[in-house]
Amino acid sequence: MRILAVVLMALLGGALAWGAQGLPPRGDPGSPASSHEGVSVHYIENAYAESRTPNMVTAVLADYRGFDTFGEAVVVVTAAVACLLILLRSGAPAGGASTGAGGGAPGRRKEPS
Amino acid sequence: MTSRYDSIFLDRVARAIVPVVQIFAFYVITHGHYSPGGGFQGGVILAASIILLRISTGEESFERFPRQAGIGLAGVGALLFALLGFLPLLFGGAFLEYGMAIPGMDPVTLRYWGIFFAELFIGFLVWGALVAIYDALTTGGVD
Repeated sequence: MRILAVVLMALLGGALAWGAQGLPPRGDPGSPASSHEGVSVHYIENAYAESRTPNMVTAVLADYRGFDTFGEAVVVVTAAVACLLILLRSGAPAGGASTGAGGGAPGRRKEPS
Repeated sequence: MTSRYDSIFLDRVARAIVPVVQIFAFYVITHGHYSPGGGFQGGVILAASIILLRISTGEESFERFPRQAGIGLAGVGALLFALLGFLPLLFGGAFLEYGMAIPGMDPVTLRYWGIFFAELFIGFLVWGALVAIYDALTTGGVD
């Protein structure tokens, strides 16, 4: 099971690194993001007219790229749920857990360090 | 278990500071249109105010902000943000394309308010999520 997870993570990392080969170089003025036909200039010139928001960072974050922000928000909630699942014990006595779900937290308290 | 530090200074100063911190957090959330700020930052400040209460007043803070409220607030915030984003899909628009949802209104005004509510829901979400993580780390369980 652990080997499967490691292999999956390695494959995912490899796929991401392979995909990153297709990105334009950093600071390339001709890349789609920063050329005059690209989105950056459109944001700078039209953010206020299109969303009446003087802070164009907010306009990009919450409107133009709202789906990306939605993903970030879901990541935050996922982190909280994962913390609860790992750390919370449902009142079962220590050592008597029948499932391995809570096995990641052997003790309720942190070891004093 | 979170226990109370027996210091009247910590207690009184925290009680005085927390409302101010929370008002400032809502200022940061609602002022994201005009200045640096927004839902993530304001939510973190709101969570910091609750964590200050947890540290300074101990068990009493669970009466004001119950243990289950954190993850509940995070879930409700995420759900409201999702509904806000996916609502225009029912009317043929794209994600967060409010102009399609309420045809009669000016799309620019709709986007203005859409940004406001998106930031507000993100603020609630981050608030609840961070308090839930803090509670899980400090108490180690529901008992």
